Amino acid sequence: MSRIADQPNAPEREQPTAGTPISTTSEWTFELIREYDEAIAECAAEFGLDTYPNQVEVISAEQMMDAYSSVGMPVGYNHWSFGKQFLNTARGYQRGQMGLAYEIVINSNPCIAYLMEENTLPMQALVIAHACYGHNSFFKGNYLFRTWTDASAIIDYLVFARHYVAECEERYGVEAVEEILDSCHALMNYGVDRYKRPAPISAAEEARRQKEREEYQQRRINDLWRTIPQPDEDEDPVRRQKRFPEEPQENLLYFIEKNAPLLETWQREIVRIVRKLGQYFYPQRQTQVMNEGWATFWHYTLLHRMYDKGLVNDGFMLEFLQSHSAVIYQPPFDSPYYSGLNPYTLGFSIFTDLRRICEAPTDEDREWFPDIAGSDWLKTLHFAMHNFKDESFIQQFLSPKVMRDLKLFAVENDELEDHYTVTAIHDDPGYRPLREKLARQYNLSYREPNIQVWNVDVRGDRSLTLRHIPVDRVPLGGDTDEVIRHVHRLWGFDVHLESVEDGRVVEEFHCPTPPAADPD
Amino acid sequence: MGTTHIVDRRLNGKNKSAVNRERFLRRYRHHIKRAVSEAVHKRSITDVERGESVSIPTRDIDEPVFHHGQGGRREMVHPGNREWITGDTIEKPQGEGGQGSGAGQASPDGEGMDEFAFQITQEEFLDFLFDDLELPNLARKKLKDTEAFNYVRAGFTSQGVPAKLDVVRSLRGAHARRLGLGGARKRKIRELEQQLAELKAAPHEPDPAFCHSDQIQALEEEIARLKANVRRIPFIDEIDLRYRQHVKQPRPATSAVMFCLMDVSGSMTQMHKDIAKRFFILLYLFLKKNYKKIDVVFIRHHTSAKEVDEEEFFYSRETGGTIVSSALRLMQQIIEARYSPAEWNIYAAQASDGDNWNDDSPICSKLLAEQVLPLVQYYAYVEITPQDHQMLWYEYEKIMARFPESFAMQQIADAGEIYPVFRQLFERKAA
Repeated sequence: MSRIADQPNAPEREQPTAGTPISTTSEWTFELIREYDEAIAECAAEFGLDTYPNQVEVISAEQMMDAYSSVGMPVGYNHWSFGKQFLNTARGYQRGQMGLAYEIVINSNPCIAYLMEENTLPMQALVIAHACYGHNSFFKGNYLFRTWTDASAIIDYLVFARHYVAECEERYGVEAVEEILDSCHALMNYGVDRYKRPAPISAAEEARRQKEREEYQQRRINDLWRTIPQPDEDEDPVRRQKRFPEEPQENLLYFIEKNAPLLETWQREIVRIVRKLGQYFYPQRQTQVMNEGWATFWHYTLLHRMYDKGLVNDGFMLEFLQSHSAVIYQPPFDSPYYSGLNPYTLGFSIFTDLRRICEAPTDEDREWFPDIAGSDWLKTLHFAMHNFKDESFIQQFLSPKVMRDLKLFAVENDELEDHYTVTAIHDDPGYRPLREKLARQYNLSYREPNIQVWNVDVRGDRSLTLRHIPVDRVPLGGDTDEVIRHVHRLWGFDVHLESVEDGRVVEEFHCPTPPAADPD
Repeated sequence: MGTTHIVDRRLNGKNKSAVNRERFLRRYRHHIKRAVSEAVHKRSITDVERGESVSIPTRDIDEPVFHHGQGGRREMVHPGNREWITGDTIEKPQGEGGQGSGAGQASPDGEGMDEFAFQITQEEFLDFLFDDLELPNLARKKLKDTEAFNYVRAGFTSQGVPAKLDVVRSLRGAHARRLGLGGARKRKIRELEQQLAELKAAPHEPDPAFCHSDQIQALEEEIARLKANVRRIPFIDEIDLRYRQHVKQPRPATSAVMFCLMDVSGSMTQMHKDIAKRFFILLYLFLKKNYKKIDVVFIRHHTSAKEVDEEEFFYSRETGGTIVSSALRLMQQIIEARYSPAEWNIYAAQASDGDNWNDDSPICSKLLAEQVLPLVQYYAYVEITPQDHQMLWYEYEKIMARFPESFAMQQIADAGEIYPVFRQLFERKAA
């Protein structure tokens, strides 16, 4: 087997002689997968990747579709929307429009990764490097995951949720449960306290505490809604003005779980389950670029390391590189295949460039990244992975070179103008604004409307008022009425949503819709 | 390394999504039913037993979430700039929408989808097709033709083949037997051993008269005897063995026979026959869903009736006049000869263009009312004609008034009406 020139930057534990390739065929066997995994694990250890133990599961294409349609949860409660997802996946797959995901990896301890049996051996190796060492180390290291998810408890919690939902279905009927789940799903993205650290979830604890909670909650809610009027109190204008909640609440599901007046205890528990799942997915939604970039960077680096050691041959590398370049392909904005920036490409480019800045800094790098240029690349990359999310990661590490390579440019679309304006491109004056704009694009509150619980008319008609704060005059989308109906189902009394710009209400939504005539 | 655990899950169930899929179908059953009945209109006869592709407007199955709408000021960063520099302006495309509102909105195929399309299986297709329909007068007749058996577990037996040996049960029995046989003796042994120990512990007496050596010896002998006894109890014995027992259970199979009666006289064109055929096919499929075993008897008639096979029934041509009663009479004879109503659920469907010799119609009516209808579960008559009714129809109307439970009739003008008429005939009656 021939070896191309050794990459100079591998750690210094290189054996002087070339190893023999682990295999030369593309047929995989369990024995070979094990050998590859061990070899990859050895390389990963050289680079200091710290991972949860891995559990690699070989599955068939149908099973992959199953996994795919339950948003990657290995166990989930039953809901029609997963069925819809499944039909959609199956259709795409059968028509050959869509390859199935090469891999699904679950943030759990042990970290579960699925390999599809149809994959060739190089693909399996790529997936192992990508998922079992790339994503896995990200799950274990990144601060958002450390804060928001408890990898050791998630599977148990999912099992608990599945049983609980099934039990409710038995007791209260599938339809009743489905209604609640539909409504909760509509608000799933609003089930997180963005600034508070949540209590870790644990299935055993949940089950044990659940009874206790049922009683306690009912008591608490009764307290809140005790509405025997006390005249002198109502006279007091200060008290009357007081809003509930005193501070706006961004966690709609939590607020509903704790305060909705009419929900039965089992319904509250279901709200809680969906909220906890929303919380579990919260870090993933904020680290897509980093997470995929990190995993892609490492499958690339680890497999090259194996090549350097002579553990894989040229044929293997060719197949691997072909898949790799498909993964990081970025169609330009005017391509029919364009659907936004490819997170794999962006993340991979930033991490790769970060390494270059450390190892071979140019003057530009020294100016832009004085702390990083010329530093130990492994330490720098690990630091970046541990302590950032997409928004801050881009703000901190997107280099002019990457902007140039991807030929990034920013376009402003203002409905008041009759043309688009290019506001920044990949040139000297443009780098900083471009970077800021791209970072903002990955800010969750820029991507999703900012909606908070504003007030509950505790002493009046018990109506719930939500407030939307538009950014740059962007209004709410067409689903809003529908979502408000779901909020109404959960809350049980009138629900209002107002868009407030500079203290002025610019748009209102109501459920039930008020009669057209002037209501006095 | 050893921290990686590799599991082969391929043999685990792959139908994890079955429940969710079923939930989805249930939720959108109205859409699917509409698609199914449209499909029946369009499909050719040979085609009914096949799945179907169903489309639902995407907006009907959307899961709503809060999201940004069009408008305001948005800035997006895109890749692949070629000629623009900062400050360039680009004409907005005509028509609202233009550029997609950014990431996350695009569909997996890269194009907007208005329709959510998916496949349902043949079985689901039939389920939806016959949903809400019920067999009229469904009666469970005597079990006949029990050609299949189920083996079901039926406890344990002391005789059987080694393959069915239940080890746990057998050992449990053996254990119980050992306790039962040995327990009393072991207790005795313990008592004797205690006495022995007491005697041995007694202070040494020099006087042989006071020495308990003979007693000790007797005790020791007794203990040895008992122990030998206990030892002789076998660890496992023939009578301990337990075998899993399975018994044959006849699988109940209700059978039905379906009579297809058709006029093949000169006035029936191939078009008429095609329509009739579709009707028969629907009936056949419908019965097939409800009965394990179905016999189909084809009777065709012009002036005389004949029992024929399917091919001849539908495709051979005849000319001549029409005497419907001949077919009814033949049907009655066949029932008497082969299909005792005590054991068979009998269904009959008659298709005709309404022609009959006028003298014959009252005879038909009499035959039906007195001979045939008492035997059958249900008799459906479809008249395939866009024209006015003739004598036969009016005679049959009288019958319908007398036997509303087991007789039904409808008129069909063209192929598109078959399914609605079929549904009407077999609609689920409010219980």
